[in-house]
Amino acid sequence: MARPGVLLSSSGLRVGIAGRTFCRDLALTVQPGECLAILGRNGAGKSTLLSVLAGLRAPEAGEVLLDGASYAELGARASARIRGWLPQSRSEAFSSTVLETALVGRHPHLARWDWESAKDARIACQALAAVGLAELAQRDVQTLSGGERQRLSIATLLAQAPRLYLLDEPLAHLDLNHQIATLELFAARARDEAIACVMVLHEPGLAARFCTHALLLFGDGMTEQGPCQEVISSEWGCLESP
Amino acid sequence: MPTRRRALLILAALAVLALLSIALALMVGSIAINPAEVLATLFGDGGGIADDVVRSLRLPRALTGFACGGLLALAGALLQVLLRNPLADPYVLGISGGAAIGALLAIVLGLGVAGLNGLAFVGALAAMLLVFGLAHGEGGWTQSRLLLTGVIVAAGCGAVVTLLLALAPDDRLRGMLFWLMGDLSQTGDPRLVLILLAVALLIALPFARELNLLARGADIAQALGVAVRPLRRGVYLVASLATAAAVTHAGAIGFIGLIVPHLVRLAAGNDQRLLLPASVLAGGSLLVIADTLARTLLAPQQLPVGVLTALIGVPVFLFLLSRAAPVGR
Repeated sequence: MARPGVLLSSSGLRVGIAGRTFCRDLALTVQPGECLAILGRNGAGKSTLLSVLAGLRAPEAGEVLLDGASYAELGARASARIRGWLPQSRSEAFSSTVLETALVGRHPHLARWDWESAKDARIACQALAAVGLAELAQRDVQTLSGGERQRLSIATLLAQAPRLYLLDEPLAHLDLNHQIATLELFAARARDEAIACVMVLHEPGLAARFCTHALLLFGDGMTEQGPCQEVISSEWGCLESP
Repeated sequence: MPTRRRALLILAALAVLALLSIALALMVGSIAINPAEVLATLFGDGGGIADDVVRSLRLPRALTGFACGGLLALAGALLQVLLRNPLADPYVLGISGGAAIGALLAIVLGLGVAGLNGLAFVGALAAMLLVFGLAHGEGGWTQSRLLLTGVIVAAGCGAVVTLLLALAPDDRLRGMLFWLMGDLSQTGDPRLVLILLAVALLIALPFARELNLLARGADIAQALGVAVRPLRRGVYLVASLATAAAVTHAGAIGFIGLIVPHLVRLAAGNDQRLLLPASVLAGGSLLVIADTLARTLLAPQQLPVGVLTALIGVPVFLFLLSRAAPVGR
């Protein structure tokens, strides 16, 4: 069923948690160059759906195909070279430097006994520069602010260099400048480098400006999807009303 | 980021430290033996009393101490990653408690060294399986569930140990207390425990970079290509068996498993590719030095080595902590 060029697809997908169902029979396709925004109220299941799409949680029914293959067929390592996932929050139990943290993203590209090479270090430094953290490379992550940590998470993801970015609230903790810069970064990559993004957003205006497609979750199992202009102009009033 | 070259340099330095600590253990004691004589007994066929003392007393004891220290430090480093908690140590999940019940029971029953080691190992395995089974209950285990189960099992074991101490005849109490504090004076052939140390390290090392990711969170590790479930189970098994092997041979020696990984982390960073082997070498050396002090400080009286590891480890740790604090601020 996977068409060539489809990075992510789902069919018959049912996702829920603790007796609640967030979507039923969801069929999604994401192609290179596309940017899909997932919108919905708090608790509508955006993050849960994203972690199912990332292969981190099993769906209640249906399947998710990454580049035409299921996560089980691909295995963790091959999956990690195709899709990257930005967690909503992360905590560091141990101290390490900003550069070391960004280098973690290179893991799926290294063989078991490899150490990070100069090339990996260069990629990590470029990723840090892309989010404006180059000067902080030697800082301890435990001394970073919330927004800096969020940008470091994004840099780690950039160092991973997947073809599909699954972003759970990429704008959390960011000031307005960095919100726009982050969205511009991913939108530009989607346009220029044949990658795709799926991102959980809260701001329909930003979604309309930077994304090509949108998926609305209503929290009761109903969903609506389509090109951004159609879905958001017709439906986003519903999101606001109680 | 430690490069491979820097890691090898640090490991080479620690290997020298390990050799020096063992050499010290061979020379010092009720009969002082100079380095030339030590070499002669080890590699030549020098006879006499020095030969006896070095080959049949000090060398097995030093090697057993090194292996146990290495196993405890390795287990501590692995559990700190598994539980994502820098305060975890090999005993936090109740393995030493289970071993202690077995060992004390053996002492109360008057079994020999073999019986003691056997029962201690059985106790450690029982505690390990109990924690694993209970924490596993419904599907996956979380760090907090595993930690809570382990702490509760350890507390239960502690109560049984106290009960055994209360019921034991007076003439056995001293032996029981020494076992609880950690004691290397009853050691036999070191080969088995040395092999176990090598096996545990060789199993853990190929997964060192994946452990780096696990330390940053299970979800993040999974998303970056680590098969988290089997890795966690493997880490739990290796750490538990390493602890069981060390405790069986030398009793519940404290502080090595907690402090050595910390020392290495403060000095050389938290890359498990360096941290694991460095912890093994540093933990082994520390225990050999502590044991040498334990049997010489108040000779002919032997002190429990667990007291010495704490007395050495705590000030060194506090010093490093106060020195490391300003870095990166």
